[in-house]
Amino acid sequence: MLNSIHPLGGDPANAGARSSWFKYASPQTFYPLAGSLAPWFAWAAAILMLGGLYVGFFVAPTDQQQGESYRIIFIHVPAAWMSMFLYVVMACWAGIGLAFNTRLSGMMASAIAPTGALFTFLALWTGSLWGKPTWGTWWVWDARLTSELILLFLYFGFMALQAAIDDPRRADRAGAVLALVGVVNVPIIYFSVQWWNTLHQGASVSLIRAPTMAATMLTGMLLMALAFWMYSIAVTLLRVRSVILERERRADWIGQYVERAA
Amino acid sequence: MTWGSLNDFLAMGGYALYVWGSYGMTALLVVIELMALRTRRHRAMNELRRARGAPDGSMR
Repeated sequence: MLNSIHPLGGDPANAGARSSWFKYASPQTFYPLAGSLAPWFAWAAAILMLGGLYVGFFVAPTDQQQGESYRIIFIHVPAAWMSMFLYVVMACWAGIGLAFNTRLSGMMASAIAPTGALFTFLALWTGSLWGKPTWGTWWVWDARLTSELILLFLYFGFMALQAAIDDPRRADRAGAVLALVGVVNVPIIYFSVQWWNTLHQGASVSLIRAPTMAATMLTGMLLMALAFWMYSIAVTLLRVRSVILERERRADWIGQYVERAA
Repeated sequence: MTWGSLNDFLAMGGYALYVWGSYGMTALLVVIELMALRTRRHRAMNELRRARGAPDGSMR
């Protein structure tokens, strides 16, 4: 009953044909949809990751300058890409929620944040382990590393802020403002290697230049990037289902999904 | 094939700490995230069961 207060949360059957896509904005419709989509993305992630690891360790050759230490790239670059991409997606959901007051948008934003933080931490961690043998230091306060660290704090700040506010709708709005303000950090991370003189090297993959790396290395990296992408989608879908269960606990429709204890 | 033996592979040309430290942390965090998802779902389901007075089965 509670969910019929909101125009987008009502019975999907009542929605007009013109706005039929809006029905997926309702947690009621999205809950089973997310449940049936998640396994497909999980399998895609597993298969792509096996392929990426195979290419990365058994097909890609040893690097002439860096030896085997370069194999960190197959995690480092995809993780760094995902950390920025997930932040933008999270901020988009948060912004949509702020603009249209759709409940699912805020739930999606909070479902993405932990996985975004995970990939940000991995980008920093693997970068540190790569920096030690190549630069001789675990950490340096250059623009790329510092702005990526700020990204991690933005994710943490978003999650802490949401956790600190009891009313989920208010938590969504406060989180959305933080997420949207933080978006300026993403282009700073991306272009930092061009704007400032950083110890971190420039992009090894670019849409406007031919890649500077061996084709098999590039293949391994792209496979891992796709794997991380599919993993993020699967995990976000699974997490948003829990968020829906937590937030819609008083809605009538949810009764049919309450499982008997195993 | 780059590797002559399993030891060769594990040694990573002397960079074992850095390479396996990266892949190990990734694997660890993925496992932790999946376990946290499971826990969160179980907790939400238990909460719903309690709120609705549905049979709680062996969870009691």
